Amino acid sequence: MTASASPINLRIQESGDRVLTLAIEGRLDSANTGKIWRKATKMVAGAANVMLDASKIDYCDGSGIALLVQLRNQRHKAGGVFEIRGLRPEFQQLLEDWDPGDLTRFTDQTSRRAGFAEEVGKGVVEVWQDARTLVIFVGELSGALVHAAFHPRSVRWRDAMRVAEVAGVNALPIVALVSFLMGLIMAFQAAIPLRQFGAEIFVANLIALSMLRELGPLMTAIILAGRSGSAFAAELGTMKVREEIDALKTMGLDPVRFLVVTRVVAAVFMTPLLTVFANLLGLMGGSVVMLSLGFPLITYFHQIQYAVTYGSLLGGLLKAFVFGILVAAIGCLRGLQTETGATAVGESTTSAVVSGIILIAITDGIFSVVYYYLGV
Amino acid sequence: MAGESKREAIVQVMDFTAAYNGQVVLERLNFEIYAGEVFTILGGSGCGKSTLLKHMIGLYKPAAGRITIDGEDIAAAEGAARMHILRKFGVMYQSGALFGSMTLLENVSLPLEEFTDLPPEAIRLIAHMKLQRVGLGGVADRMPSELSGGMQKRGAIARAMALDPRLLFLDELSAGLDPVTSAELDQLVLSLARSLKITFVVVTHELPSIFTIADRVIMLDKNKKGIIAMGNPQDLRDHSDDPAVRRFFSRQASSENGG
Repeated sequence: MTASASPINLRIQESGDRVLTLAIEGRLDSANTGKIWRKATKMVAGAANVMLDASKIDYCDGSGIALLVQLRNQRHKAGGVFEIRGLRPEFQQLLEDWDPGDLTRFTDQTSRRAGFAEEVGKGVVEVWQDARTLVIFVGELSGALVHAAFHPRSVRWRDAMRVAEVAGVNALPIVALVSFLMGLIMAFQAAIPLRQFGAEIFVANLIALSMLRELGPLMTAIILAGRSGSAFAAELGTMKVREEIDALKTMGLDPVRFLVVTRVVAAVFMTPLLTVFANLLGLMGGSVVMLSLGFPLITYFHQIQYAVTYGSLLGGLLKAFVFGILVAAIGCLRGLQTETGATAVGESTTSAVVSGIILIAITDGIFSVVYYYLGV
Repeated sequence: MAGESKREAIVQVMDFTAAYNGQVVLERLNFEIYAGEVFTILGGSGCGKSTLLKHMIGLYKPAAGRITIDGEDIAAAEGAARMHILRKFGVMYQSGALFGSMTLLENVSLPLEEFTDLPPEAIRLIAHMKLQRVGLGGVADRMPSELSGGMQKRGAIARAMALDPRLLFLDELSAGLDPVTSAELDQLVLSLARSLKITFVVVTHELPSIFTIADRVIMLDKNKKGIIAMGNPQDLRDHSDDPAVRRFFSRQASSENGG
């Protein structure tokens, strides 16, 4: 890329006691200047006074001018004399036009790094502000959801249906695949130790309880966070960057009511439904292992009926319901928090997934404790 | 940069036809842009100004005809030959298109880092000089999102000038800017054209801007799918035979006087 028809040449014409005379010949352009930059600055650094013969410079652009400026500044800083002779008038004009006087203050600039205490402080403030925003958002969202409950006609159901299709129906294959394989793998892993005690039949209890109470809702919510929470953040984030959110606000439309409620409502209805499918497919995965162990399906079915109660099933679905709200809400919040710039949407998307999974894990823990004390 | 003859054609557009999905937008255009001039492409919305520009800078291939830069056909060139042509010009996009993840200084340094073997301190100095030249010396370490629209356009001009091209394409130079900022950008273009002998191809429909900067203009028309006027803007305003052209210039000129 840097090849040029007429090359550049830097040579020492005369090296006297007091004055070093240099000559630059050829094209001093962006392609060529780099070839002599280091050599030239090094030579000038070692001399007291410098005279530069520029009469054989055929062409000089911004990069070439930058070299002349650099050499001159370097010498002036050291207190020596730097003289350019024979520079063509048009290049001389360029040298003056670039007004290099102020440039020296930029060249030594280094950016200041924040200290440890400052970093920690900033981090704490950020966490505090994030928590505060979250509380405010929860308030706004609750208000909007209550309003929607009392005024169902105010909800944009067409948008909600579209989101429900994308976040719910289209997620069915991945949810089904993951749950089926999870049921199958768990059953297989459990069957090996249980066989030693002749207790293979209890594989059914394990699969049924763990899928219905824990893994069904949990896996569905995590898949939802990865698939739809991120999509919500990206969609709303792009709208924020393109000033569409501002447009909504200036039209007098509340973005939370207009955009967030539809998504949360869709997710809230879809997550329990997807969880039911996840539970079913998980049990089917387990049934494959049970069949291979020689148990008929009816035995497996009866064992499940014996092991689980409606409490387990509904407890799991309640979790799914809450996870759905959390994932959709945090996705939308991160989208609305998007700042400007191309990277901002990416950051919001990542943050939506990470925050979503953290919230799911914390809430699942709280549910476990509450269910334990309630005896569910 | 120096000693070019005034009539040296740097861009040649020959029998150029542009089409989108089989629909012709511009038909059989012929004109030349001379080295050292500020050449303006103007016309109403949807007349194909930006389409023409995007063909000139090689983003689209012509449906028919040729566009050459320094005698080389950009649409036909590939690989190293294409890179060689691309190095001859810089482009300022309508929105500035500064990379949002980099500071202003890093934006301007990027072409220098990629295409020259200058040491880092030289790149830093050159990038600062370019920014200084467009009046952004003090904000080099800011992110593009922290800059106003006018500053972003200035930054984009500095980035386009990073490798000192002879030719700069500016898309919608003054769109979305206030008159004062717009006039400042016009002065910047004039001073760059004068001091660096850069050839400018500017797409705009702002008449104050055109009368300030343009040596020559071409005016495109949506219905005729081609050029309806070419020449010096003052001459066209006062002496054009085409009533549509006179109307375009005088109507906007009168609103300019009124404003």
